[in-house]
Amino acid sequence: MNSRKLINNIAFYALVVVIVVFSVFPFYYTIVTSFATGTAIFEINYFPRHFDTANYETVLGGRTFPRNILNSVFIATTTVVFALFLAVTASYALARVRFRGRGLLLMTILAVSMFPQIAVLAGLFELIKYLNLFNSPWALVLSYTIFTLPFTVWVLTTFMRDLPVEIEEAAIVDGATPWVIITKVFLPLLWPALVTTGLLAFIGAWNEFLFALTFTSQEITRTTPVAIAMLSGASVQEIPWGPIMAASVIVTIPLIILVLIFQRKIVAGLTAGGVKG
Amino acid sequence: MANTGLIRENQLSLHQQRQRAAFWFLAPMLVALFCVAAWPLLRTVWFSFTDTSLNDLYGGKWIGFDNYLRVQTLSNGAVRYKGTLVDPNWWNAVWNTVRFSVVSVLFETILGLIVALVLNAEFKGRGLVRAAILIPWAIPTIVSAKMWAWMLNDQYGIINDMALRLGLITEKMAWTANTDTAMYAVLMVDVWKTTPFMALLCLAGLQMVPRDIYEAAKIDGIHPVKVFFKITLPLIRPALMVAVIFRMLDALRVFDLIYVLTPNSAATKTMSVISRENLIDFDKFAYGSAQSTLLFVILAVFVGLYIWLGKVDLSGESGK
Repeated sequence: MNSRKLINNIAFYALVVVIVVFSVFPFYYTIVTSFATGTAIFEINYFPRHFDTANYETVLGGRTFPRNILNSVFIATTTVVFALFLAVTASYALARVRFRGRGLLLMTILAVSMFPQIAVLAGLFELIKYLNLFNSPWALVLSYTIFTLPFTVWVLTTFMRDLPVEIEEAAIVDGATPWVIITKVFLPLLWPALVTTGLLAFIGAWNEFLFALTFTSQEITRTTPVAIAMLSGASVQEIPWGPIMAASVIVTIPLIILVLIFQRKIVAGLTAGGVKG
Repeated sequence: MANTGLIRENQLSLHQQRQRAAFWFLAPMLVALFCVAAWPLLRTVWFSFTDTSLNDLYGGKWIGFDNYLRVQTLSNGAVRYKGTLVDPNWWNAVWNTVRFSVVSVLFETILGLIVALVLNAEFKGRGLVRAAILIPWAIPTIVSAKMWAWMLNDQYGIINDMALRLGLITEKMAWTANTDTAMYAVLMVDVWKTTPFMALLCLAGLQMVPRDIYEAAKIDGIHPVKVFFKITLPLIRPALMVAVIFRMLDALRVFDLIYVLTPNSAATKTMSVISRENLIDFDKFAYGSAQSTLLFVILAVFVGLYIWLGKVDLSGESGK
């Protein structure tokens, strides 16, 4: 009996090791590659043997990549602020006020968050041309609203629905208007939820590719995902793997740090958006 | 805005006041969503019935269903069909999308459940494992596509090296370029990237199962495998159904991974990829609009059927 338990334990921990290695190895290997230059990059090393920062210097010293990072930071931040601002009031109405058609409205919002982005691409392209926003960061702020806003509204609504009704009743008895209830009563309680949804929306905007690829056409107006996808060498055959890996590490490390710091909150936010609904 | 209204109409009941405020709170969001979602969607559908071109967005004429299906009778009496619905490239893309979505979601669900079961057990280093599986999820899709493109490189890729050492293959393979293996490469990367998401959603479902059920089953001496299929799985089914539809919708509209990992490969081109190609790259704006409209219709029908047949409660309203 005891030996069987031991075997079970070993099998379990072996599974754990497989999961961890499988999850972490590709990024680990990217980091290893990003420090190799010249012919060293073509050696297959399972463990780091080179430490050469030339790839990072190439990328960060380049004409456009620092600008691409700035674009990404600006666009993602503005999108998040915009979405949270609109979502807080809307989710109060959806979570705390009973009115006809509320369920239908919630379903519509959820449906929008599942939209295939390609279905609005042609229409958005026209809108952006019409507003003269092509190649401007505002084109992306505008178009990213389509997935950040429904998502933030949805998650904030589920968070707000769970806040105790007594707090609100006390405020109403004291004569507080709905606006005061939101800004003075709910907002302080909502901070954790705002951080979570804001972070998830930020990651979504930071990683977006289709709109960024379609609504920008100049190297300096691109966001980082597009810039990485377009990094090319002197000829078509010569893919600059070193700089690509270095750029990948640069845009990923901040995300990984954020995700690990806010691990619990992110898991809560993801599951609120997905499971409980 | 609501304040002035309230003073004038304080004879209204509190409930009516709140409803009025709710309307104003919702209005900005609804306007924003109309501008970025509803209106562009309507315009896309409109474009699909015209012959609009990319350089002259307002010069299109109404041509009815010609982008979808057009029957031409030639002078010699032969009948020719044209349009997306008889375009073999489109049906190839549909088939690729369906194949990709079904296989990737199936693997992600099974692997996600396994990871979730592991994380649901109590063991030393559980926090570390959870942090580790969040890494693939946090990495931008483009970055993971590039990372794997390098690992799958035919000459210098580490995957070929590993497979050779383990004796799984006898010569180096061009995973992403070869039409036979391109789909496997895409599936591999997608499963790696999105299994964590599935695992977290499954884990949330698992944690809602009361622990004493397991205790009772253990006391009764029921085999763990039987416990899983008879107790755990039925109890987490609602959570699982929601997780599957979220992933399925994501998979059906996949664009970035395929565009970057296997550019221009007919073996992996999905509906989104072929639509964008026609819209932007090939200057067949209206034709691409028709294809993206079709994609939207296919997704809408799929979601409708899934919710109806699976009796999935997405809004969470009925439970309250």
